Amino acid sequence: MKIGTPKEIFDGEARVAMTPDSAKQLQKLGYDCAIESGAGAAAGFSDDAYADAGVEIIKTPAALWKSVDIVAKVRQPTDTELKRMTGGKTLISFFNPAGNEEGMELAKSKGANVIAMEMVPRISRAQKMDALSSMANIAGYRAVIEAGNNFGRFFTGQITAAGKVPPAKVLVVGAGVAGLAAIGTSTSLGAITLAFDVRPEVAEQVESMGAEFVYLDFEEDQQDGAATGGYAAVSSPEFREAQLAKFRELAPEVDIVITTALIPNREAPELWTEDMVAAMKPGSVIVDLAAEKGGNCKLTVPDEKIVTDNGVTIIGYTDFPSRMASQASTLYATNIRHMMTDLTPEKDGQINHDMEDDVIRGATVTFNHEITFPPPPPKIKAIAAQPKEKPKELTPEEKRALETAAFKAQTKQQVTLLAVGGALLLAVGLVAPASFMQHFIVFVLAVFVGFQVIWNVSHSLHTPLMAVTNAISSIIILGALMQIGSGSWLVVLLAALSVFMAGINIFGGFLVTRRMLAMFQKS
Amino acid sequence: MEFGFTTAAYVVAAVLFILSLGGLSGQESAKRAVWYGIVGMALAVVATLIGPGAGLWWLSVLLIAGGGAIGYVVATRVQMTEMPQLVAAMHSLVGLAAVFVGYNAHIELGNVLAMGHDEREALDGFAALLAHKTPVEQTILRVEVFLGVFIGAVTFTGSVIAYGKLAGKVSSAATKLPGGHMLNAGAAALSFICLIWYMNSGGFFPLFIMTLAALFIGYHLIMGIGGADMPVVVSMLNSYSGWAAAAIGFSLGNDLLIVVGALVGSSGAILSYIMCKAMNRSFISVILGGFGGTTGPAMEVEGEMIAIEADGVAAALNDADSVIIIPGYGMAVAQAQSAVSDLTKKLRAQGKNVRFAIHPVAGRLPGHMNVLLAEAKVPYDIVMEMDEINDDFPETDVAIVIGSNDIVNPAAQEDPNSPIAGMPVLECWKAKQVFVSKRGQGTGYSGIENPLFYKENTRMFYGDAKASLDKLLPMID
Repeated sequence: MKIGTPKEIFDGEARVAMTPDSAKQLQKLGYDCAIESGAGAAAGFSDDAYADAGVEIIKTPAALWKSVDIVAKVRQPTDTELKRMTGGKTLISFFNPAGNEEGMELAKSKGANVIAMEMVPRISRAQKMDALSSMANIAGYRAVIEAGNNFGRFFTGQITAAGKVPPAKVLVVGAGVAGLAAIGTSTSLGAITLAFDVRPEVAEQVESMGAEFVYLDFEEDQQDGAATGGYAAVSSPEFREAQLAKFRELAPEVDIVITTALIPNREAPELWTEDMVAAMKPGSVIVDLAAEKGGNCKLTVPDEKIVTDNGVTIIGYTDFPSRMASQASTLYATNIRHMMTDLTPEKDGQINHDMEDDVIRGATVTFNHEITFPPPPPKIKAIAAQPKEKPKELTPEEKRALETAAFKAQTKQQVTLLAVGGALLLAVGLVAPASFMQHFIVFVLAVFVGFQVIWNVSHSLHTPLMAVTNAISSIIILGALMQIGSGSWLVVLLAALSVFMAGINIFGGFLVTRRMLAMFQKS
Repeated sequence: MEFGFTTAAYVVAAVLFILSLGGLSGQESAKRAVWYGIVGMALAVVATLIGPGAGLWWLSVLLIAGGGAIGYVVATRVQMTEMPQLVAAMHSLVGLAAVFVGYNAHIELGNVLAMGHDEREALDGFAALLAHKTPVEQTILRVEVFLGVFIGAVTFTGSVIAYGKLAGKVSSAATKLPGGHMLNAGAAALSFICLIWYMNSGGFFPLFIMTLAALFIGYHLIMGIGGADMPVVVSMLNSYSGWAAAAIGFSLGNDLLIVVGALVGSSGAILSYIMCKAMNRSFISVILGGFGGTTGPAMEVEGEMIAIEADGVAAALNDADSVIIIPGYGMAVAQAQSAVSDLTKKLRAQGKNVRFAIHPVAGRLPGHMNVLLAEAKVPYDIVMEMDEINDDFPETDVAIVIGSNDIVNPAAQEDPNSPIAGMPVLECWKAKQVFVSKRGQGTGYSGIENPLFYKENTRMFYGDAKASLDKLLPMID
């Protein structure tokens, strides 16, 4: 089968869904590759580079869409493009299925099988084709770079001959993939980075990236990030208030705010209100990565950079990945290539569209003249489960109460045991003759000593203990020695055998123990 | 020599034996403790030989020397990995000796009772002791002899089977004859009937029947216990051999035998108890064999096992700051302990924090892993017990599981239906990365699927443990 990539026709889109490198990998899967002339130019991949990688260069989009069986592209296809998806062709692309009813209808009527890259389920197996994450990573990085570009100071604090420069303070709201990438970039540039997220379980990730997690003084049932596929869910009004109050407190201090808060299939929540913008210092920068969904700040204008009256720059670009087209194309093409690998288990250049597979099923929005969106929930839950609540710290009184109770229970147990044991001994003493009782007392005391002594034996010496008790248990030789002088030949024979066997045991047991113990050494 | 001297020697010997067991509380004092045991034993034997009642001492010395020579050869030749088998085999000797000594006591008693009054007065040694017993004492003696023979016989066949299982000569799976525990109960009941019969008749026949029944119990009991429970079994047999000695001591009226038998018996019992606690199993369920029935279907294991090659493991180890190695029986089987030691040395030379986590039931003998690591010259102060190290896994970069399975099975904590639910396990999956060195995809001794192998941070390093480590070693720089 042939896989082809057209030039993106969306205005300003510089990415391309196939790179020369990914084409080579696709050819290993058994596919022929084709690309529209000039498709990779904006991302820095020339036609010649593609040709060298064995990719067929096709002059017009019409010819390309006609000749290939699989189309891989970046942006949501236009109607014109979708109409070219005649019977049985497969399209792999961002598709926005939740807001693209007509697109799905059209694809269904044309008989196209559409795999929407944003629908790849968030399970570990599918991470390699999670284009949302790879694009978000770029967006997070680029957001810091854009902020720095518009910020008049250093990120890192410096003390120079020309004076002292305070470090920039960056607040990242939302610690998803983009947020974490922004945190990483910002800390590595030397800024003091704060980060906030409604999911407290990401605090650890935030701290691991070198930022400080902003905690709220707020008690609420923790949301389980795993239940929503690792995304944040809508929070309660009280929680929102507490969160906004915290932001208000931070607004005058921070120099750069990067907001990345998105809730699946909803408008972006407003987190950075106008009064917070007003409270910020002149020259501060806000980068709103949620601009496409309405923005976390209401002043954001999508695709534009504005400066407010008090001198705060608000960046609302929505094309961060496209601004790093070469990097974004490489990552996206790799995501596509991994998707193709999963679609081609036999590596024979034939698509095996397995609707039983969690990942493929989840990403497919139209298949065989059917709309298959939304997909059923994946069989495997995403991401790590919520950490269990820590056991409550006990107050000293409670601790003491517990200790006393344990002590009492122990005393009770010991006294009962002693009473029962004593009674048993007395009962035996009533019937047994004195000669027996003498031995019996010795026996009981020996058992007691044994119990006391063995508890202290260190665990690592249990094997030597076994060996040495084994050696010692050949004390049975005494019995045999006492009998060997008997007149009966049978007794002598049996006793002799016993002595012999016990002899093996004594020497073997002690020697082995010594060998073992000699091996233990300190470092 | 006077009887008083022998008794004094016995007291000294008993004290030495107690010190010898108590000295095992630390590695350094243990080296001294063995000498206490050796001196105690020598003292006891010599005192008995020169004391009253012993005859044919030249024969005794000859036999001890002969047995000692064999014991010496065996003890010096045995591989450290074969230690469990050796200990089990030696237990069987004690068991058999107890049976013989018990028989002798019975025969002597018969001979003495057949004699007239004058002849009895002329007897010396053990027979003289018997001759002066009252009828009540004779009855008690019979019970003691009976018990000694019974426990000795169970110990004998049990140890032989345990030896076979540990040496791989008998299938380590839990197998039972049709009838299961009813057969054991039946044999025990038969033994009890024989006891009553023996008390009444005093004949050899019931004693013999009981011996057969006891031999059967020992065989069947241990056959029904799976390989994973062998640490408990070996220490239990150890305990039995002690109780047999104590019972014989009663019948011979020898206090040293009683003291030492009781010491050994209680130490074995405590060891078994510790082992059982480590596996969260009741002693009864181990003895009755096999794992208890599960209460529901086991949890589905999700994900896939991902294999990794030596270079991947080496890269991770080179980057890691802290490493915990979890050895298991597989390391013993593959004789990989010296390779593990070399790896440890190399990693420690780079300043990495390398430690060992030892589960109480790792291996086939209590403390088995400690002995193997000590043999390979791994310093004992980096070898940690489960409780000491379990909390450190989350801060650990790499955990390497070498040939262990059930003791690192997260199902014990996560799946209430798992047969090992509730058993304390080493929480290695909390480390940032886990490498599992394993021969193939099979399950552990308990035959349970291990979800650890399917975890996201787990990589399977397939192959014989020794071969794998040898491949890995040159790549550590």
